[in-house]
Amino acid sequence: MAVEARAGSAPEQVLDPVILRVEDVYKYFPVAGIGGEVVRAVDGVSLEVRRGETLGLVGESGCGKSTLARVITQLHTATAGRVIFEGADLTRMGGSRLRQVRRQVQMIFQDPYASLDPRMTVGDIIAEPIDNFGVARGRARHKRIQELLRLVGLNPNFNNRYPHEFSGGQRQRIGIARALAPNPSLIVCDEPVSALDVSIQAQIINLLQDLQREFHLTYLFIAHDLAVVRHLSDRVAVMYLGKVVEVADRTDIYEAPQHPYTRALLSSIPVPDPVVEQAREPIPLKGEIPSPVNPPSGCRFHPRCPIARAPGICSEVEPLLEGHGRASQVAACHFAGSEI
Amino acid sequence: MAPLLRIEDLRTQFFTSRGVVHAVDGVSLHVDEGETLGIVGESGCGKTMTALSILRLVPDPGRIVSGHIWFRDRDVVAMDHERIREFRGNDVAMIFQDPMTSLNPVTRVGSQIQEAMTAHERFSAHDATARVVPLLRRVRIPAAERRTQDYPHQFSGGMRQRAMIAMGLANEPSLLIADEPTTALDVTVQAQIIQLLRQLNRELGTAIMLITHNMALVASLCSRIVVMYAGRVVEEGPAEQIFRSPQHPYTWSLLRSVPRVDAARQQRLVSIAGLPPDLVRLPPGCKFHPRCAFRVDRCSEEEPPLGEVASRQVARCWVLMRNVPEEAEGRLQGAVASIEAARELKEAVDGG
Repeated sequence: MAVEARAGSAPEQVLDPVILRVEDVYKYFPVAGIGGEVVRAVDGVSLEVRRGETLGLVGESGCGKSTLARVITQLHTATAGRVIFEGADLTRMGGSRLRQVRRQVQMIFQDPYASLDPRMTVGDIIAEPIDNFGVARGRARHKRIQELLRLVGLNPNFNNRYPHEFSGGQRQRIGIARALAPNPSLIVCDEPVSALDVSIQAQIINLLQDLQREFHLTYLFIAHDLAVVRHLSDRVAVMYLGKVVEVADRTDIYEAPQHPYTRALLSSIPVPDPVVEQAREPIPLKGEIPSPVNPPSGCRFHPRCPIARAPGICSEVEPLLEGHGRASQVAACHFAGSEI
Repeated sequence: MAPLLRIEDLRTQFFTSRGVVHAVDGVSLHVDEGETLGIVGESGCGKTMTALSILRLVPDPGRIVSGHIWFRDRDVVAMDHERIREFRGNDVAMIFQDPMTSLNPVTRVGSQIQEAMTAHERFSAHDATARVVPLLRRVRIPAAERRTQDYPHQFSGGMRQRAMIAMGLANEPSLLIADEPTTALDVTVQAQIIQLLRQLNRELGTAIMLITHNMALVASLCSRIVVMYAGRVVEEGPAEQIFRSPQHPYTWSLLRSVPRVDAARQQRLVSIAGLPPDLVRLPPGCKFHPRCAFRVDRCSEEEPPLGEVASRQVARCWVLMRNVPEEAEGRLQGAVASIEAARELKEAVDGG
């Protein structure tokens, strides 16, 4: 659908249906004070984001989803691997070429309080990418700022105000306006609603959906809230301890999860219905998430997995992401889909 | 049977340079022995201040200005310092969102739980020591003997919250107030903590007051629900009824503003327009009317009382959702972003 819409504006051009390819990306951080040890935050991740879709990226704290987002937006340099946006590898790019690509890839952050400079007016915050990328000048620039404010549901005459004069939800709207300013095609949203109150969350979620439809935006939507991800995403990737463990179309992953971690995660989420809640039985996981400094051998999930064969194949052989379950689904598990 | 706790027309206010903040503005509610009550609302609705008032822990520059908090037959509001110290922990204990800020980082977890007991003189030092390991076992901390020697930073977030719950239960209170106890935790850990609270409620008969913004958590744990907005109770009733047939437009909207993980195809979320009111300058009439899609003239003139809307269910509304035709409900599904503005912007971008 999005591809058709795109084709309408540029009929002669055949566009690659994949806008972003993450190829075997690693990001290691050295551990302060200890010789040679590293935190393997992202440990060999490959993903595709298709043009016009929303890819949801989920996982619990420390799974590496935010680090991956920062590698994609080049806020972190990858330790290894390639990030290919519109056919060009961002990890090998520098200077003016990277700047031009960066205009196309914008980010919305989790904390609307920390991500806006308190000493800048809202107009200047939004204008920063406009100026950096030379999008508009003079009156056109001013008009652009006002349009962006209106677009995200703020009063266009608020451009001279400071962030502290706004509520959390309004600040997130400012962050969205800033991300939209250079007319990007891909927006990486890192937990954009998790700091907001529920009634405000709905405003921002609806806004993101409206903007996507209107501008044919592609979203990489990172969140720990699997209900929000189900609502917004076309496809979903699940991460655990620096690795992607399952990817599938939204419906398939929620209706027929193949990886035992995905299943445990989904079974943990309460729903606002006391009748359903009485019957829901979360799948218990053993222990806690291991340290990303020394991840477990074989499958990283095996020490906590309810169906692991360990010692055995699960503790010895790392499973690959392979087709399991429905057509859209891949999962990294030797016993994907087995009874728990 | 008389309720365990009964709050009567409680008002807690903060005296700031901006004026008086009406944080809790005439709240009446009760908790029965052994029940699980959920208090739901968004930031600033007064849910946490109601809980802190129960323990007389309202921070400066706030204070309880009027009302009663009856615990069995004693009024907490009138207790002297000695009595309130005994009351906290012995009768009512509270656990908070971030267990790290409530635990002493330089004291071993076991010693902290022991101190919670000896401070209240309910158990002798000897008995208190003997109770630590069983308490940690009760909250399902594995290898409890060994973990008593750990410092809080050696515990994960979920284990710290378990340790806090153990400390809260140490003096066998009749009521445990849990203020957003899982908000800082991952979903799999959250599920474990909620399961633990449910088990403790069943095993020990401790009443639980769960304070949260998360409707799904309340559905998971609580048998009765109080919905708060702008420092007051706007709806109250048995959980199943509130979820099946919410009568206050705020409750109704809250339930439709969150996506459900078990729902296949979802409609657009209902978003509540605008922002919660300024608690210094509350609007006239119903405090929700400026954001309410179903308001009538009377709503801006006169504040509705909490009226009975069904058996055991009350709501503070002149309209009530059962009187709203379905077409009108659709109004809330409308676009929030200005699509017209979006088109203009797109033309500007494409043109330039």
